[in-house]
Amino acid sequence: MTLKIADVAYRWPGRAAFSLTVPHLSVATGESVLLLGESGSGKSTLLSLICGTILPDQGKVDIAGTDITTLSGGARDKVRAEQIGVIFQQFNLLPFGSVMDNILLPLRFAPVRRKRAGDATVEASRLCAALSLPLGVTRAKATALSVGQQQRVAVARALIGQPPLIIADEPTSALDANSQAAFLDLLFGQTTTHNTSLLMVSHDRRLGERFDRVIRMEDIAQIERAAA
Amino acid sequence: MILRLAIASLFARALTVGMTILAIALSVALFLGVEKVRTGAKASFADTISGTDLIVGARSGSVQLLLYSVFRIGNATNNVTWESYQDIAARTDIDWIVPISLGDSHRQFRVMGTTQAFFDHYKYRQGRSLALTDGAIMDDLFDTVIGADVAATLGYKIDDPIIVAHGLASFTEHKDQPFRVSGILEKTGTPVDRTVIISMEAIEAIHVDWQSGAQLPGQSTPADVIRGMELTPKAITAALVGVESPLQTFALQRAINQYAEEPLLAILPGVALQELWGIVGIAETALLAVSAMVVVTALIGMMATIFSSLNERRREMAIFRAMGARPVTILSMLVLEAMVMAAIGALLGVLLLYIGLVIAQPILDSAYGLWLPIGAPTIREGTVLLGVVCSGAMVSLAPAMRAYRLSVADGMMVKT
Repeated sequence: MTLKIADVAYRWPGRAAFSLTVPHLSVATGESVLLLGESGSGKSTLLSLICGTILPDQGKVDIAGTDITTLSGGARDKVRAEQIGVIFQQFNLLPFGSVMDNILLPLRFAPVRRKRAGDATVEASRLCAALSLPLGVTRAKATALSVGQQQRVAVARALIGQPPLIIADEPTSALDANSQAAFLDLLFGQTTTHNTSLLMVSHDRRLGERFDRVIRMEDIAQIERAAA
Repeated sequence: MILRLAIASLFARALTVGMTILAIALSVALFLGVEKVRTGAKASFADTISGTDLIVGARSGSVQLLLYSVFRIGNATNNVTWESYQDIAARTDIDWIVPISLGDSHRQFRVMGTTQAFFDHYKYRQGRSLALTDGAIMDDLFDTVIGADVAATLGYKIDDPIIVAHGLASFTEHKDQPFRVSGILEKTGTPVDRTVIISMEAIEAIHVDWQSGAQLPGQSTPADVIRGMELTPKAITAALVGVESPLQTFALQRAINQYAEEPLLAILPGVALQELWGIVGIAETALLAVSAMVVVTALIGMMATIFSSLNERRREMAIFRAMGARPVTILSMLVLEAMVMAAIGALLGVLLLYIGLVIAQPILDSAYGLWLPIGAPTIREGTVLLGVVCSGAMVSLAPAMRAYRLSVADGMMVKT
């Protein structure tokens, strides 16, 4: 089991006092899961809990066998660096870095992943080729790429060093329909090859047929808003 | 890699970062420049007179004696009698002695009576001797050698006539005995530049028809008659003394200060110069303080630049966080960035300083007699540069702490 969440409850600090509870969520090794949810359904908070940038008030979050809720902030950052590849909706890349800089960035914080990647620059070039990025793209400035290319570079960055879990937050929403399909083909091609678990969040239910499992936010989580 | 990315990030904001660095560079150049001028001025000041072991005058204060004998500022309260001068000159521990007689003026410049020995023994800027740009040292009784400023201000050339006025800022002139410019001295940056030098005998000569500070009515001795007269001075204003061996300086000083026949004062020029610098040195400290504040202002400007960049860089910080960077890493990246900016600014400032020095050195030397040596950066300057980089790191802690808090709050999600 790559990801296992049990009885997690999180209360937002500050004025807008409302809370999110997730009784159970799991993603098996090599499984691809699509999490459907509208905006404001607590998706982002759930992703932050999984990635360990916020800590639940109670419950357990297991990432590749480690309960990160017992860890310190720094240790959680380490688990995220080693075990999770993250792909955002857009603006994934550091605009001032080259494509190579961007792909190698997570390895800077994850020594084990770096070792697993072997010759990191060779591996980065291999991933770029596998994701149908043009030859020699690694030397280009990140901003010189099209949005679709940037998203694929983000995939390469998430995949390098083969972390067991990929978290993708609406990675296709900035792409047109044709690019979406091509993007998902490439993404699934890589996750299947490396037996990587994939948790993708989206509001687009049409994507569902390509995933092993589709779950809806409202089925796994409850949000309570305190009466004003 | 982080350092490279930090530099790449700086390049991406080249304009604002460049302006910030320029501000730091200018402030550092200003600070080091003031420091250079300060030490240069101090050294030039201390080098106003060198090679002279003692200055002897009538008893007053050491700074006062220094002021009127070397800087031609103020007046002697009393003279030294010719007999006392002869007594001191006759001592065996004395290597050389040069009498100085002051009191008359030409236009705004002081006239100084002295002997040929003055040109041999007056040294400035670590033992440099006076040199003539034009003409020769006075030969005739009514010859005069003028300083560079005198020649430049009044436009005098060799053989021009000069009429010496009695006293300072006076309307009575020694009209009957005009002088001839026989030589013009090189610029020295010392009060000699502003001095009209005549012989001791000439001082006596122009006062032949004078008594108690006024010309005797109707009396005017012709120059030829004066030349035939015995022109031994009755008194001098001060004397510059060189001793046989430096070890004897203090013994001689004590002997002169305890001279029974007349109250005299002997001072060590170096000590008196130090004392005087202690008085005028307050201004330079103020100048240094102001330029230090300019450096602080530039660093605060950098702090503002980093602060204002934080908002547009939240996305960037979120990417770093998503990749597993700790909030401390974000903080240290911003501090590192500030240190890189401060270091580049400081180095650029040094470069500007040297360019400025190369351009200004000859100008300052000829115009003000201020010599600024160009050498490798001193340890003190190195400390200043290090201080700028460290202060840069310190002021950047404020925006870096804010970035830290933002990156903890935002995590990897930026709500835009």
